[in-house]
Amino acid sequence: MSQEPFTIEQFYKFLTQQKLMAGKCQKCGKLHLPPRPMCDNCYGTDFQWVQVSGKGRLLTYTIINVAPQQFQTLTPYAVGIIELGEGLKIPGIIQGAAQEQLRIGMELTLDFGSCSTAGQWPQWQRYCFKVTKP
Amino acid sequence: MNGKPLVSIISAGMSKFGKREGLLAREIFSEAVKEAFDRCPKLEPKNDIKAMFIGHMGEAYEHQGHTGASNADWAGLIGIPATRTEAACASSGAALRSGIYAVMSGLADVVLVGGAEKMTHRSTAEVTEFLAMASDYPFEQWHGITFPGLFALMATAHMNKYGTTEKQMALAAVKNHYHGSLNPKAHLQKEITAETVLTSRYVAWPLKLYDCSLITDGASCIILTKPELASKYTDAPVSIIGSGQASDTIGLYERKSFTSLQATRLAAKTAYEMANTKPADINLAEVHDCFTFAELMAYEDLGFCNEGEGGKLVESGETRLGGKIPVNTSGGLKAKGHPVGATGTAQAYEIYLQLTGQAGKRQVKDAKVGLTHNVGGSGATAAVHIYRREQ
Repeated sequence: MSQEPFTIEQFYKFLTQQKLMAGKCQKCGKLHLPPRPMCDNCYGTDFQWVQVSGKGRLLTYTIINVAPQQFQTLTPYAVGIIELGEGLKIPGIIQGAAQEQLRIGMELTLDFGSCSTAGQWPQWQRYCFKVTKP
Repeated sequence: MNGKPLVSIISAGMSKFGKREGLLAREIFSEAVKEAFDRCPKLEPKNDIKAMFIGHMGEAYEHQGHTGASNADWAGLIGIPATRTEAACASSGAALRSGIYAVMSGLADVVLVGGAEKMTHRSTAEVTEFLAMASDYPFEQWHGITFPGLFALMATAHMNKYGTTEKQMALAAVKNHYHGSLNPKAHLQKEITAETVLTSRYVAWPLKLYDCSLITDGASCIILTKPELASKYTDAPVSIIGSGQASDTIGLYERKSFTSLQATRLAAKTAYEMANTKPADINLAEVHDCFTFAELMAYEDLGFCNEGEGGKLVESGETRLGGKIPVNTSGGLKAKGHPVGATGTAQAYEIYLQLTGQAGKRQVKDAKVGLTHNVGGSGATAAVHIYRREQ
């Protein structure tokens, strides 16, 4: 059976299909987000894709005021590290929330976003997080 | 404190740190090397030095890679093996560690280790982008997270967990600017108040402009040899008795803790054990204050205080000159400046000056044991070294 490679590029490709996917090591069971071609725990190379919920909890955050050139039009913008339901963590921009609204522990939902740099490497979908609607 | 000397430092040099207009990194490196050679008249550089390791972070600043060779050339050392080490802001901490490997292996009796970086000719936006290259590309840079941003993420978590305040962070800047005012080679030699820090504009909340280290040009180097050969070159060698270097995930987001650097803790444990030393034995330290918050976290990770108490330690004044354990007497990255590739060996330079009684107005009395702590990126590399005065 052909299977998508367990790579970061493939992770971003899945996002274009509105899927947040992690790789599960078939030898030791460790869940990898981002996926890796070799398990850093047991060196296994046999994986299975597991769909992860995009709902999570804000672990920490900051507001970026001084940004690299390509992000300057967005400043100030919030970024945070989000713990997903499965214990996995990813960082991302938090959209549509004022600084006063942000607090550690609040619930956020992944928004699949869009690919914003057509023609350049890497053509990755730039996801973001939004405050979970009650 | 009775650890066996791994290597001896027989000389050291550092350029003036600051805005060095019109100079390339290699030319600034010459300045550091010249001082080290002049300081050690018994050394015959072309005959004695058998290898060189140089920390240099980024090709982007000067559009120049392959800087092992270019810097060896400008050091008048062409012919010897010259290798660039890159570990982001810990590039010359890693060069020092590599120099120790080279001397202890027996392959080279005398080794020059150093670092150089030229940054100030670039715009802040460019430097922000170049520095960010030392963070994870696919999940951090790609999502607009800057270096101040990464340390801000840690600071937010620390404030939330332990109640650390922006005022406490500001006190680290005030202290380091005071120390910098006593260092004629520091980039900024003026004192500031906590008010200056607290009213400066946000770079990445809760970190403000005056919480950030400086964009600086500079170079530094030290010369290492086997302990048994040191007396051939100097009457006042300084021994390195502990050396630790460790790595962690490049992405901050993958780590278990955002309030502590595991790489610092691992490197420190190795170095303390090797040196048979404990935190209470350290008389002074140069720690990696790329941001004020990073200094408070370093106090905790190096064992100078308990977890969560970094803010209280800076408040107590014990890390200021005259305190129990003066930290960053050079002015640190905050006031002396942070030419990234040069920082690790510039820290070693300060400890060398202090332990040989050459630190002028900022001299720590009776200093016998010193420590340096150099961090790469958001903590994916850390190098910790412990030094002892031998005379």
